[in-house]
Amino acid sequence: MLSPEIIYKIILILAVFTVTLVVAMWSTYAERKVAAVLQDRLGPNRAGPWGFFQPVADGLKMFTKEEFIPGTADKQLFILGPCLAMLTALMTGVVIPWGGDLTFGGHSYKLQITDINIGILYLLGVVSVGVYGIMIGGWSSNNKYSLIGALRASSQMISYEIAMGLALISLVMMTGTLSLGEIVHQQDAGWANIVYQPLGFLIFIICAFAETNRAPFDLPETESELIGGYHTEYSSMKLGFFLFAEYINMFISSAIIASLYFGGYNFPFQHSLGLEGNALSLVQTFVFFCKVFFFIFFYMWVRWTIPRFRYDQLMNLGWKTLIPLAILNLFITGIVIGFRNGFFQ
Amino acid sequence: MQLTNRSKQVADTKMTWLERIYLPGIFKGMMITLSHAFKKKPTIQYPEQKRAIAPLYRGQHVLKRDDNGAERCTACGLCAVACPAEAITMIAAEREKGQEKLYREEKYASMYEINMLRCIFCGLCEEACPKEAIFLTDRIVPSTTKRKDFIYGKDKLVEKMDQRIDVSVRQTNNLAEFKKNQSFAHNKL
Repeated sequence: MLSPEIIYKIILILAVFTVTLVVAMWSTYAERKVAAVLQDRLGPNRAGPWGFFQPVADGLKMFTKEEFIPGTADKQLFILGPCLAMLTALMTGVVIPWGGDLTFGGHSYKLQITDINIGILYLLGVVSVGVYGIMIGGWSSNNKYSLIGALRASSQMISYEIAMGLALISLVMMTGTLSLGEIVHQQDAGWANIVYQPLGFLIFIICAFAETNRAPFDLPETESELIGGYHTEYSSMKLGFFLFAEYINMFISSAIIASLYFGGYNFPFQHSLGLEGNALSLVQTFVFFCKVFFFIFFYMWVRWTIPRFRYDQLMNLGWKTLIPLAILNLFITGIVIGFRNGFFQ
Repeated sequence: MQLTNRSKQVADTKMTWLERIYLPGIFKGMMITLSHAFKKKPTIQYPEQKRAIAPLYRGQHVLKRDDNGAERCTACGLCAVACPAEAITMIAAEREKGQEKLYREEKYASMYEINMLRCIFCGLCEEACPKEAIFLTDRIVPSTTKRKDFIYGKDKLVEKMDQRIDVSVRQTNNLAEFKKNQSFAHNKL
């Protein structure tokens, strides 16, 4: 029979799944609204109050569009592409701690689907697989623009994964654990990791922009030069999946940035509020989502401010600036840890 | 020559270290975009809000009737000749006995069409008209989805007696004087 633990996990998985989709859906609305506001416009305001049901209308539009597969495309891979993009986007949400512990009937449940002890490795792994969706989609379209978009996406993601991994290694060296739950928990006692790892955070957030293919690193899509890049040939909900996966990635990477560097669900003076148990956990979840929403806004804010990089500039930044900086950061972190542990005495 | 005080002298100097790491520049740019979030939006929400238009706005035409309800137009064709966009077409007909109440003079336009897609709303037709029959009004031509819906016939152009359209702002004294002067070219076209 199903134990309460398993039932709880199933409920949590469904909840995280739903929340991810809903947040991603309304991120599309937020993106348009933020873009409009930053450009002195009003943005969507016809569907519902303040255009709040615009994502529903967009979704309906996507579903009713003609489903078209080009004659020269590899049909199976063409369908597999967006599925993979969506799958990997949703898989990363598993290791993120969404809040403190909940207690029901004497049992304590974590607000985290699974706290595997190699959480960060899992994250890096899934993010690396994420490029396959784009690559397969672009390759199977049999279109030169799609192919160039896919090429750019894969080389960009591989280049920036190195710097991201190196930035994360210094964080792991500092915290001494690969578990995301443990990293967040440690930030409850001390300061948030941003205080100790400002350079690491800077490298990580730049790489996160590149990994999610967001401006100023949206070279795989570049409407003006590649007509949409890897999703040029896609239509209907398959295109919707690609676009949606981008917003899910944005949400998840915001959550990861908040957990790794900004204390996750912890907030200052949380233990002097007089809240205990479940109430505290719910407040923590609320605070966590506030942090996540700020970073989603930050993503959009950057997108509507900074123009796109040229491709050689992108590669220069990745290989000649970020990787040396990450190695420097690693080196400094190592020396500081050495001093603290009395290694040099 | 300096046109604005916002112009900046372009220099080919080497970038400083602060400029080369871009971050201060990016921060500055982001503050600029953020400041725009709090600015007043210039958007006019069209169907609900309408922009104020000048009293002499040149919009959809009207074919006037006189005070007894007879059409003033005599289908002389001067408006069609004056029209630079060739938007006006008409067919003239002779008034029958018993139609005196409908048409003011012996000749009238049995068909009168303005293609609103061709019309450039210059107002030359109204200047050319010797009978004070056609005027532009401050009404905006509504949009439709079919081209043929933009060809306005007499049903849409001739004013209804129960909904008369005031064109007194367009019949200025200057214009009336101008029309009296027979030496002007528009009467000899």
